[in-house]
Amino acid sequence: MLPAAFEYASPGTLDEALALLDQHADDGKVLAGGQSLIPLLKLRLASPAFLVDINRIPDLDVLEERDGALVIGALVRHKTAERSSLLANRYAVLAEAAPQVADPLVRNRGTLAGSLAHADPSGDWGSVMLAVDAEFVLRSRSGSRTVKARDFFSGPFSTLLQPNEILTEIRIPARRGPTGGAYLKLERKVGDFATVGVAIQLQMDDGKVGTAGIALTAVGPQNIKATEAEAALKGQTLNDKVIKEAGQLAAKAAEPRADLRGSEAYKRNVVRIFTERGLKRAYERARGGG
Amino acid sequence: MAIDTPPKGFIGESIKRKEDDRFIRGKGNYLDDISLPGMLHMSILRSPFAHARIRSINTKPAEAVPGVVAVVTGALLEQHKLAWMPTLSGDTQAVLATDKVRYQGQEVACVIANDPYVARDAAQLIDVDYEVLKAVVDPYQALKPGAPLIRDEKKDQKDNHIYHWEAGDKAATEAAFKKADKVVSLETFYPRCHPSPLETCGIVADINPATGQATLYMTSQAPHAHRTLFALVAGLPEEKIRIISPDLGGGFGNKVPIYPGYVVATAASLLLGHPVKWIEDRSENLISTGFARDFHMQGELAVNKDGKFLGLRVKMLSDNGAFYADAQPSKFRAGLFHIVTGSYDLPAAHVETDGAYTNKAPGGVAFRCSFRVTEASYLIERLVESAAVELKMDPAEIRLKNFIQPEQFPYKSATGFEYDSGDYPRALKLALEKIGYEQLRKEQAEKRKRGELMGIGVASFTEVVGAGHGTEYDIAGLRMFDSAELRVHPTGKAILKLGVKSQGQGHETTFAQIVAEELGIPASDVEVQEGDTDNTPYGLGTYASRSTPVGGAATAMVSRKLRDKAKKIAAHLLEASEADIEFDHGKFFVKGAPSKSKTIQDVAFAAYTNLPEGMEAGLEGVTYYDPPNMTFPFGTYVVVVDIDRGTGQVKVRRMVAVDDCGVRINPMIVEGQIHGGLTEGFGIAFMELITFDEQGNCIGSNFTDYLLPTSWETPRFETFETVTPSPHHPIGAKGVGESATVGSPAAYVNAVIDAVGHLGITNIDMPVSSDKVWTALQEKGAAE
Amino acid sequence: MARPITITVNGDKHSLEVEPRLLLVHFIRERLRLTGTHIGCDTTHCGACTVLLDGVPVKSCTVLAVQADGRQVTTVESLAVGGLHPIQEGFKQEHGLQCGFCTPGMMMSSFALLQEKPDPTEDEIRWALSGNICRCTGYMNIVKSVRYAAQKMKAAAAVPVEAGARS
Repeated sequence: MLPAAFEYASPGTLDEALALLDQHADDGKVLAGGQSLIPLLKLRLASPAFLVDINRIPDLDVLEERDGALVIGALVRHKTAERSSLLANRYAVLAEAAPQVADPLVRNRGTLAGSLAHADPSGDWGSVMLAVDAEFVLRSRSGSRTVKARDFFSGPFSTLLQPNEILTEIRIPARRGPTGGAYLKLERKVGDFATVGVAIQLQMDDGKVGTAGIALTAVGPQNIKATEAEAALKGQTLNDKVIKEAGQLAAKAAEPRADLRGSEAYKRNVVRIFTERGLKRAYERARGGG
Repeated sequence: MAIDTPPKGFIGESIKRKEDDRFIRGKGNYLDDISLPGMLHMSILRSPFAHARIRSINTKPAEAVPGVVAVVTGALLEQHKLAWMPTLSGDTQAVLATDKVRYQGQEVACVIANDPYVARDAAQLIDVDYEVLKAVVDPYQALKPGAPLIRDEKKDQKDNHIYHWEAGDKAATEAAFKKADKVVSLETFYPRCHPSPLETCGIVADINPATGQATLYMTSQAPHAHRTLFALVAGLPEEKIRIISPDLGGGFGNKVPIYPGYVVATAASLLLGHPVKWIEDRSENLISTGFARDFHMQGELAVNKDGKFLGLRVKMLSDNGAFYADAQPSKFRAGLFHIVTGSYDLPAAHVETDGAYTNKAPGGVAFRCSFRVTEASYLIERLVESAAVELKMDPAEIRLKNFIQPEQFPYKSATGFEYDSGDYPRALKLALEKIGYEQLRKEQAEKRKRGELMGIGVASFTEVVGAGHGTEYDIAGLRMFDSAELRVHPTGKAILKLGVKSQGQGHETTFAQIVAEELGIPASDVEVQEGDTDNTPYGLGTYASRSTPVGGAATAMVSRKLRDKAKKIAAHLLEASEADIEFDHGKFFVKGAPSKSKTIQDVAFAAYTNLPEGMEAGLEGVTYYDPPNMTFPFGTYVVVVDIDRGTGQVKVRRMVAVDDCGVRINPMIVEGQIHGGLTEGFGIAFMELITFDEQGNCIGSNFTDYLLPTSWETPRFETFETVTPSPHHPIGAKGVGESATVGSPAAYVNAVIDAVGHLGITNIDMPVSSDKVWTALQEKGAAE
Repeated sequence: MARPITITVNGDKHSLEVEPRLLLVHFIRERLRLTGTHIGCDTTHCGACTVLLDGVPVKSCTVLAVQADGRQVTTVESLAVGGLHPIQEGFKQEHGLQCGFCTPGMMMSSFALLQEKPDPTEDEIRWALSGNICRCTGYMNIVKSVRYAAQKMKAAAAVPVEAGARS
């Protein structure tokens, strides 16, 4: 309940923040929403020597469509995503995931980018980003680079993000044509981490699947993109048989471990069921059914 | 137009709670809100291992931290003969480990510092050299020959066996089983769970070095008993100990035991001459303080083909953790488990229990339950469900067939209880009617044809609560009576002081209402005080639903004592003979002349100003009430669930609860108690669990793993009542704090089994999580 | 190392030196001695410590005091102005509390909910309060308490209209 001591700065500009991070690359940590980091500090499971609080940097809370992309800034909080009519109208998988993250109070503080940088394999946003084929802008003092979500995650709580970098922006291809998404999450209670989560994104093309995005939460060392299932759907008319096959391929892609939330077989089955149900729901949405 | 008169708060009125005014303003006074001048803060270093020998402890690095005042180890306590303390079950428990640690989270050393953050910093720097030993976490393994000996410090302890205990008639039970057409059996485990009041435990110990006066602010459900135990354990003179249990943020049994932290903080205050505060983190609360249940049960029911029960045979193994510290005051080793015959007319029953030590936290407190009544109720109600499934009978019908009938009360059970009163068929029938049972059965049949899983679970529990009487129930010899002291002031306002202690149950309102009923003083004019041992009469505290059965009875009796005196004064004022004075809700009048009357307020004034010749002044009294028997609340709960065959998720669609707790003093408060219990029962049935890996690492030691239901998952309850007064309680009340936690888990689980029983699934142990349900379905080829 | 901060709590400015690691809840409870805000867990689950930070309900055990520098914090102690706030009244009238430990946090979340949705449904209330754990009441009466407050606030808002103050 009582964190160990650390130093703290809350710079007013991104450049200052990046300079500080550069200076404290060995023992520094970015503080955004703090809803994962501060609990770790309290339990003394993490004890960085220097915190760079980015909450006072202006313009990091952008959530808008710009240049063919949906842009989500580093300080966009879960609650903003939850209440966004832009997401509700055009990005169903994000809109559906947002209210299922943690609990309402945590959502008021926690950020999407912070959650992605934390890279908990049970985190919901990682799967959503894999399904929509997002890319992340990583900035450091020396410049910025853009990486695909599918390249970003490298293991439990580990990513390509360097200690002197900040994930400043999430970019998602802007919605074009008939698109539908869904996020299904099994949790034991509100505020629990996912037992299993499945994110679905469907881009329809002339009645057939143009591209499909399917990604899995909490069933592997990191969020998993179910590429075989995605590939199998491409160019198909969505019928029960195709959906079933995709479900099986997604289940195959999962690498769950048995724990108190369930056995390997159980989690794999939920992946299959959720993929099937998610595809149906996303398809309905793509056809304008909500 | 009628002018609204404020309610007097007589029995049966749902007046608003008097205590709420401070809580809704954020002006409650909880333990952590107490801050004294010069107060120091204590942090506890706990064992990371379940079983390990302590080779050495180096406290130097901690002592060197600026702000640290002292580091306390077991060795230091040993010099004061305080390294071990007695438990409430006649065992001993380490205050700070000296030789070995015996469970993960055990107290090893304490740092006292001028700031809580600093205390925690320093505790981390204490260097303990452990030799890790093999841990044993399963009680069956613990009892096997060659299992690691946990309590090797006890001279005569050669294994991990603690006790063997039996109740009932073995021979008669064997005979019943021989006669029976069928034996229905069920092996089930009631897992370890935790009361987890939202406020954790803590103490501010303040011992004045000049006077020796010890003021201990403690999260205590039993301040008087705790004071006596402190006097006995620490050798402090009892008259110099004042325990103040402030507003408690829930208790549910968690605040009955005495924990090592209390003892160390007190010793530290004594040694340092400063007040010392210790407040648990949630993780400390879950990993080390009184858990509940952890009971392995094998039940067998002898039945005839027509569904009639002939006998019950039960064998249990209790996992007590590293120290036998069951906080239960009965002479029975397994508490009141022998209420396991439940609501049924069972001619013969026999119960056998063994207790085992394991490398797990001690406790075995009752979590909102009267000492293992929950386990008993769960077993019999699950067993009856099994009988219904096996005999292909309706679970309601089989219950109706075997209930103790209303005319059989007082009823002597096969294990020795005398049930006071009950009407079980009435409660069950009301519950069935309210939920629309027949319609639901039709819906279930149709759904089953379509492959959909829906279940209707029934549980008809009977509790035994309100300990004692004193011959069979005591804590360290202290008989389980309770007390009430009533002082009526000249202006007719009163103060009621009690030996029990509210943790949120609303005593300040409920007990004022008893006085209102008995004396006619409006409840708003009765100030109820509890929790301060200097200021309240001796009592045994609040747990086991005993406040209303015992403290409530004491309140009624002391009110009547004062009423008798008041009647004499009224006769004097009315110039009539006492025999001619009648009393009705605060008015004394002459028989046949109701206009000639005096109010209780008039009489109270006269008690100090105008007394009959020779009468002692004042209107005060105290009563110590030793109940002649326990009380036996009962009820029927019916639950409807729908199950997702793809994920195993169970959705509780409806929950109807019919409770009979005798006379309801404040129906609003009673209903609130039931809501809370139904929710805790829901948590226990579906999500709450403390478990351990093979090394004895505790899983469930914070709220990430120990799951408490939120507003979102919690079902919406439909509550109803029947009223069957207790014949031996002065106002006919039975107590209600625990009924719903006791009765509801079986109802939830029975609903799940009712949904899947036809597939051959006979049991799923709690918590009934979605993965367990799916796995059971999968094994029967019925999962999606 | 301690640093100076200024936080406006319930309208009053407080300038104090704090260590960066000091949690906002400890700032409120220990430094300002406003003890109505409680601590029930150490993993950001229970919500007993809920306060409003610039009007938004947050778990004050999961915000550093330094993060609130220059900001507005609102605690349970501010609810009653003159008389009780309708939310406080609701909790009392509908028996929305038992031990009272979760109550301040529960009321602060309810307060924020009613700001955003003046007439919430039962589901909306249950959803909005799902970050606050109550171990005593089973939530039934908490839902009723919030409904009570919503009705009461609606009626209060309607009074000037009835009095002919329609604009």
